[in-house]
Amino acid sequence: MVATNDHSTNGALATGTWTVKSGLAQMLKGGVIMDVVTPEQAKIAEEAGACAVMALERVPSDIRAHGGVARMSDPDMITGIIEAVSIPVMAKARIGHFVEAQILEALGVDYIDESEVLTPADEAHHVNKHPFRVPFVCGCRDLGEALRRIGEGAAMIRTKGEAGTGNVVEAVRHMRQLWDDIRRVQSLPEDELMAEAKNLQAPYELVKDVHALGKLPVVNFAAGGIATPADAALMMHLGAEGVFVGSGIFKSEDPEKMARAIVKATTHYRDPAILAEVSRGTGSAMKGLEIGAIPETEILARRGW
Amino acid sequence: MTLRNDPPAIGVLALQGDFAEHAAMLRAAGARAAEGRLPSDLAAIDALIIPGGESTTITRLLDLYDLREPIRRLGAEGMPIWGTCAGAIILAREATDLDRPHLALMDIAARRNAFGRQVDSFELDLDVTALAGPPFHAIFIRAPRIERAGATVDVLASLPDGSVAAAREGRLLATTFHPELTSDTRFHELFMSMARAYRSAARAASK
Repeated sequence: MVATNDHSTNGALATGTWTVKSGLAQMLKGGVIMDVVTPEQAKIAEEAGACAVMALERVPSDIRAHGGVARMSDPDMITGIIEAVSIPVMAKARIGHFVEAQILEALGVDYIDESEVLTPADEAHHVNKHPFRVPFVCGCRDLGEALRRIGEGAAMIRTKGEAGTGNVVEAVRHMRQLWDDIRRVQSLPEDELMAEAKNLQAPYELVKDVHALGKLPVVNFAAGGIATPADAALMMHLGAEGVFVGSGIFKSEDPEKMARAIVKATTHYRDPAILAEVSRGTGSAMKGLEIGAIPETEILARRGW
Repeated sequence: MTLRNDPPAIGVLALQGDFAEHAAMLRAAGARAAEGRLPSDLAAIDALIIPGGESTTITRLLDLYDLREPIRRLGAEGMPIWGTCAGAIILAREATDLDRPHLALMDIAARRNAFGRQVDSFELDLDVTALAGPPFHAIFIRAPRIERAGATVDVLASLPDGSVAAAREGRLLATTFHPELTSDTRFHELFMSMARAYRSAARAASK
């Protein structure tokens, strides 16, 4: 049965519940979440209309160029960004690194991204996200991966794409795959859902939710390679409820203009006249990478399962 | 031709936030719901909802697409407007910490993120004077606090700390929580009755 938010708290005030954790993602919908590395960038993002910022030390394209182990950001840097803006602040923890997640929760971040952009800390297990009061967003390439993360307590999903490339092709692939899977589950008779759960390697109860809802039981954004207003609008058409833009803004020629243009394009994604207008004069987008040119071992989307 | 008792047409400002949930609740309660993103979308509505979302993002987009003044004018002329959470901040005459122009229609003062960060978001059963039946299950997400309500404002619900969580001033309605995230349509029905009253009055005046 699909959970509703109507359960009584019997007069008590309840925090850290599934309802408030998944509810914040509902408030982010239709918005753009921007990667920022300094308080100044965070302010530019807020002023441009970002619905949240992702605080990190290096944007994914720099992580890619820099190499080495990528970890949770310096707490001072995260706190500096928290103090600079009034919109929600997200931060990334390594896959499986529940202590980094505990530290981010203690710092007061509003959302934790358990992210393949950082070097995984555990190749077998993702963080058990249920005990946390702070909500988590996790990446996926298909429905099975999304439902495994939701099963572990993720209150929001993003398709992975390929971060730091400025190339939208993987984001498109993952979003199309996710929706193909959802439509198949929705079309199945109820008595085939257990076998489908086995195929997807996903929790049966969540497969039933997808069958009933025709969508994920949590909010789903697109991420990984979105570099232009047209890319953002494309992902909205393909079923994203909002977008993450990483390197695409602050690696472009004119970040302020690009940020404003992507915000407008995400709201007005169905209106080509507005998209044409906002795509003018944004300066050049980030250079970008051909996926085939990336060595197999450096494909970030393969991190996590 | 429009019939006298056809369902009210309620616009939901769809710039950012959980506008789809409001539209679904309105349809469940028997209203016609229309998403609004541009000034031309305001022409045929009897009332408007400003949803939850990020108040900075929504106010930015209100200005970029010249929506602020037309909505402010419709509100001043008596068209019902309901703001939930971010929407309540945008409606408030004083919006502490929101350093951009907003609608400023309703005589309340709202402080953004007044309960803390996301880990302090909460849910609670709330007694609401304007609604018959059991308490309303209220979901507060990085919610604002209404710190002052003017003499012409009716307080509909308060939190244990004494701050106002739901208020009405004439045809303006503000809730700092999210009825659209529940399946309880009582607030949406209340707002639909406000929309019907406005439409009847407008039709009578144009005769």
